[in-house]
Order: sequence, then C-alpha cells, then structure tokens
Amino acid sequence: MWSIISVLVENKPGVLFKITNLFRSRNYNIDSISVGITENPEVSRMTITTEADEKQLSQIVKQLDKLIDTLEVKVLEEKKSIYRELVMMKLKVSKPTDIKEITDLANAFKCDVHDVRKSSIIIEITATPDRINALEDLVKGYGILEMARTGICALARGHANED
Amino acid sequence: MEKISGARSLMIALEKEGVEIAFGLPGGANLPIYDELYKSNIRHVLVRHEQSASHMADGFGRVSRRPGVCFATSGPGATNIVTGIATAQADSAPMVAITGQVPSKMIGRDAFQESDIIGITNPIVKYAFQPMSPTEIPEVVKKAFYIASTGRPGPVLIDIPKDVQQNEAEIHFPSEVKIRGYHPWVDPDITAIERATEMLLSAERPIILAGGGVIISSAFAELQSIAELLMIPVVTTFKGKGSFPENHPLSLGPIGMHGHAEANKMMTEADCVLACGSRFSDRSVGTFEEFERNLKIIHMDVDPAEIGKNQTTNVAVVGDVKTSLRIMVKMLIQKAIKRNGESAWGKRVKETKEYYRENLKIHPHPLAASKVLKKLREVLPAQSIVTTEVGQHQMWASLFFDVIHPGTFFSSTGLGTMGWGFPAAIGAKAAKPDVPVLDIAGEGSFNMTENSLAVSVLEDLPVIVLLLNNFTLGMVAQWQRTFYDRRMIGVDLKNCPDYVKVAEAYGAQGIRAQTIDEIGKAVQTALKSNVATVIDIPIDPQEDVLPFVAPGTSLKDMILPS
Repeated sequence: MWSIISVLVENKPGVLFKITNLFRSRNYNIDSISVGITENPEVSRMTITTEADEKQLSQIVKQLDKLIDTLEVKVLEEKKSIYRELVMMKLKVSKPTDIKEITDLANAFKCDVHDVRKSSIIIEITATPDRINALEDLVKGYGILEMARTGICALARGHANED
Repeated sequence: MEKISGARSLMIALEKEGVEIAFGLPGGANLPIYDELYKSNIRHVLVRHEQSASHMADGFGRVSRRPGVCFATSGPGATNIVTGIATAQADSAPMVAITGQVPSKMIGRDAFQESDIIGITNPIVKYAFQPMSPTEIPEVVKKAFYIASTGRPGPVLIDIPKDVQQNEAEIHFPSEVKIRGYHPWVDPDITAIERATEMLLSAERPIILAGGGVIISSAFAELQSIAELLMIPVVTTFKGKGSFPENHPLSLGPIGMHGHAEANKMMTEADCVLACGSRFSDRSVGTFEEFERNLKIIHMDVDPAEIGKNQTTNVAVVGDVKTSLRIMVKMLIQKAIKRNGESAWGKRVKETKEYYRENLKIHPHPLAASKVLKKLREVLPAQSIVTTEVGQHQMWASLFFDVIHPGTFFSSTGLGTMGWGFPAAIGAKAAKPDVPVLDIAGEGSFNMTENSLAVSVLEDLPVIVLLLNNFTLGMVAQWQRTFYDRRMIGVDLKNCPDYVKVAEAYGAQGIRAQTIDEIGKAVQTALKSNVATVIDIPIDPQEDVLPFVAPGTSLKDMILPS
C-alpha cells in the first residue's frame, strides 16, 4: 500500500538524519521524501511516501511519533489531500521535429519547457505521480538524458476542525 | 552576572539534578569537565574501561530509578561506551552519558580522537544533545535528565566540544524545561481498562504476563492485588523476573526460550493474557504468530509504539503500568470481585506447577546449576540485589534462582551484553550501599569486565561475584552440541586464568568452592567481609540449560530435560 505521511518536525540540524535513520534501522521503506520550512520558521514539514502494509504503516507512524523532534505525524488520505511532485526531464532532441512534438506534449500536460537546444530540451512538470508516469511513458521514446524529482509534497484538504 | 565556564555550568547543573556519583575515565577532550569535577561535591568513580562506566551508570540507574551518569572522552572513549548505551536502551534503563568532543572548529576535520558519537549512537539513544555554547548546557542537562527518567526510561547522550567546556559566559539555570515534541505519559483510557477488566473476567483461562515495565514503574503491589483478587497465575518475561514474588503460590516464573516449564506450558494453554509492561520479545514468546493464536491479548504499556509491534492486541491500554493497574484494582474492588481459585483452570495450573517441580530431571552432577543456585537462595538475604552476566549461568539464574523481593534482580535481557553484570553490580552497590549485591556470573562474561575488580576494591564498592565456571563459552557450546552436531569451535577457555589468583591480584578475596556446602560457606564469608569477593565454582562443562525453546519455534515446542 502506497501511503503519504506528513510529519512536522523541529527545524534543526540532524532531524532529517534521525527520521531517515529510523526508516533504515527498522527496515522500513522510503519511496520519496521532501523537506521544507513551514509558515513557522522553527518547524519543517517532511512529506514521506512509503510502501507498507497496514500494520507496518501503523508502526511507522508510532515510531515517528516517538521521536522527540517530531511534533505531528499524519497519514494523508489520497482523496482528502492535495499531493504533487515536481519533475524535470532532460530529453534528447534527435531531429528538428522532435522539438515541436515535445512542446505539444508538454502543453497537453501543462508542463513548462526550458533550455531548448539543438540536441536537448528540459521539460518541467508539477503533477501527481500518475500523470508524471504517463508523461514519462510518452517521452521515453525520445530518450530521457537526465531526470530529477523532488518527491511528493502534500497537504490535507480543508482544516482540522472542518469535516 | 558572573561568567563561568561550560564545564563549571555542567557541574552545577548536575548537582542541581541531585547527582552525587559519576563513573568515568578522563581524556584529552573532557579534561575541563574533570577539572571542575575535582572542585565539585560529585563523587567520581574511576573505571578501568569506559564500557564498565556505562554499565555502572546503568546498574545505578536501574536500582535507584534515577539516571546514572558516566563520563568518557572523545573518540575511543566515546565509542567504548556505545555497548553500554545500547544495553541501557534495550532494557529501558535511565542513563545520562557525557562525552567530551574535539573543539567545535575541529569537528568534521578527522581530528585526533574525533568520532561522530552523535551519529554513531543515533539508533540507540532516547535522545542526544551537542551543545555548541556554554549557555546551552544547563537547559541541555535538565532536558537530558527529564527525558532519561520519564515515560519509558532510556539513555541520553550529551556530547560537549572541548571549547564549549572551556568558554566562559553568563549562564542562566532554568528551573524547568519544556520539550514540545515529548509526551512521556498519557493518562490511561478508562474505557479501555474497563474493556480489559471485562475481557479478563470473562476469560476461562486467564494469565498475567508481567514485563520489565512493572519493575520500572514499581507496580508490584498493584500486580499482586490483581493476581490475588482474581486468582490468576502470573508468568513474567525474563526482564520482568522479580516483578512478582517467585515463592508466591500464583507465581509460575519466567516464560521464554529458557522459561520455566510450567510457565511456558500454562502460557500456551491460556485463552487471555494481561500483559503489563512487556514488549513481547522473541526470546519471551517464541514465534509471534503461534503465540497469539487463540489468545486474547490485553496490552498495557507506557510506550504506544509497543502496541501491535510484535503481537496483535485485543485491548490496548497506553499509559503508566502502575496507574493502569491501580485503576483496574479499583474497578475490581468496586465490583466486589474476589475469586477463590477453585476453578478448573486454577486446579490445572496448580497441578501443572506441582508436576513440573517434582518431575523435571535434574542434571546429575554434584555441582549442577540448580543445586548451586538453590543454595545461593538459601544463604543470600531476600533484599539483596542480584545481577547476572549473559549466557548459561544467566538462564540458570532465571530457572533456579527465585526472586522473593520485588525489583531486586537485574540482567542485560534485551541486548544480552556479556560483561554487564559485574560493573552493573558495582553501580547497584553505589545506589544501595547497605544491601548485599551479588553478580551471578559465568567466566566467559566475567573475563570481559573483570578489571572492574580494581574499582570494586579501591572505591569500596564491594560486590560478590558467584562464578559458575565451566571454562567454556557455555551457551555457544550448548548450541554447537544441539544444532551443529557437536562441532565445538571457539568455546574452550582452557582453565585460564585462575580466578582466585585474579581476585587476589586486585586485592579482592578469592574463594574456590567445590561442594554445595563450601558454596554456602563462601557466600556467608563474602557477606560478612567488606571486600569484593570472587567465588570460583567449577561446574560441569557438559550441563545444558533446559527447558529450551529453540529459536524460531513456539513455546509449545519446549524441549524438556531427559
């Protein structure tokens, strides 16, 4: 089961290490992890995606919660949250028509196009993993020279007191 | 405000926490701390190896229930206490370990005696601090003691760069600290305790499994009340040994790999278990799937992460075990429930206990472990503190040495650290100087920290080492006999050294006892004397620890002596 865990942590050195080391030492899996500061500069949000069964997911949450530097741990339900990933792909341009084709595909996927050159082009997409995978499938034929992914970033819909 | 150094502020902060004794060994990177220790009222116990300092602090912490303190320098000093920290973490023992670190500007430059002790110990500490300014030290110390001693206790590391020890600043000492991400206790959910009580009352074959949490939270009286009100038999984990008097009619002793036969047998026949402060370790329960088959599990624990980790729980009560049990006792009293034990289950338990106590074959050797340890129990006062090392002698202690007085038995049960028992006994003696302290040891383990004899003698912390000496790494030998077709390798210690002479060389008393009668007399001599005593007992290297639940099998598959 693929799950998104949203963790608020103390924004101080070594906390990312503690979180990732917990996953390593307890043999849990990290699919992706993204970290950034929140509206409160003393607090960072880590968004971790993982493959785990229900029992293991419950353990991951409890073990994360047990860490003294974590302030809040939540499993986000896919339907009740907004989650996106930013991906950049550098694609190979083999013939001049490739540029037009790739740009059209990029438009269809609401991607930004950067650094158009004779031999390569960079496209940038912010989307759900499904859409990103679909795009990746479509552009694979051109040749993906390099790719960078940020990992999932997510927020729950609505606010805590709202149903 | 007067400026003081980081090291001075450390000493003041430690004194404010009530620290009176610390175990350690100085080195280049903690000399400023030692210079302040020289001026302070804190007693310093000089060890011969830092690992022993950490075990002494651990033993002190388990017995006094206040964090034991140990000091080590940077680099190898710090890495030498890693085993002690891991041991304390595995057994939830309160400890504050304070290491020197290379000056902050040298960190990361592979300086002489630099080790990333924060990184190294990350998975085995409850928390770690590295103050980068002397002004942080008082708050760090206060937080360290708070974290180490509350909730599920554990080791906390404070790693202080040398310049932070030396630099002076105007330093404020907070009277309290807040840690927003740390919630050591939650109030137990009353409705969960009600459901637990109902489940226990409706069970046909209930049993109580008492773990180390009962000892840590001192829930002895509450545990005993519930057992006696409901006439429920009590088994313990090995860590929980001594949470319930083992001479009590309802006591069946520890379950597990080398549990009592009657305890394992009744555990497998029970239909409902009230597990208090137990983490269902593999050594206690065997295979997880088989243990929980046809068993309703009520799990009380202070650590929410233990719920559902190894066993599926029917009712979970998160909170301090003593508080939870006290609420349950009140509920039972309000319901006016008092059972007499005349149930079919009560009879079955009694008969099983009698059967195994009368019919289990005893090893024929005149110095069989059971005979030695029963003699020890006869002559050792009930309130004495007993520690063990790790190996066959430890499991024999579990099987044959009855703990009468709650919370007087301590062992490295989780990590299984050979060499723990002797220094831990010295730490225990420091915590309770008026009580006899005895380490049930094997020579393989004793070899690892025997240089603590110097500490026991010179620091006037006399403990007794009862050495069950088979000149063999006995537990490994037993596994080689059992699982490796008697291909014996790496286990024969070849009659070296002479432990009577070793003891005497350190100024301790060495006694060789070759009969059960001599053993009794030797223990009495040791109890009367004021000096550390090693009692060397040549036992049979061929004796196995039985019963035995082989690794990867269930309690049902217990192998009995034949």
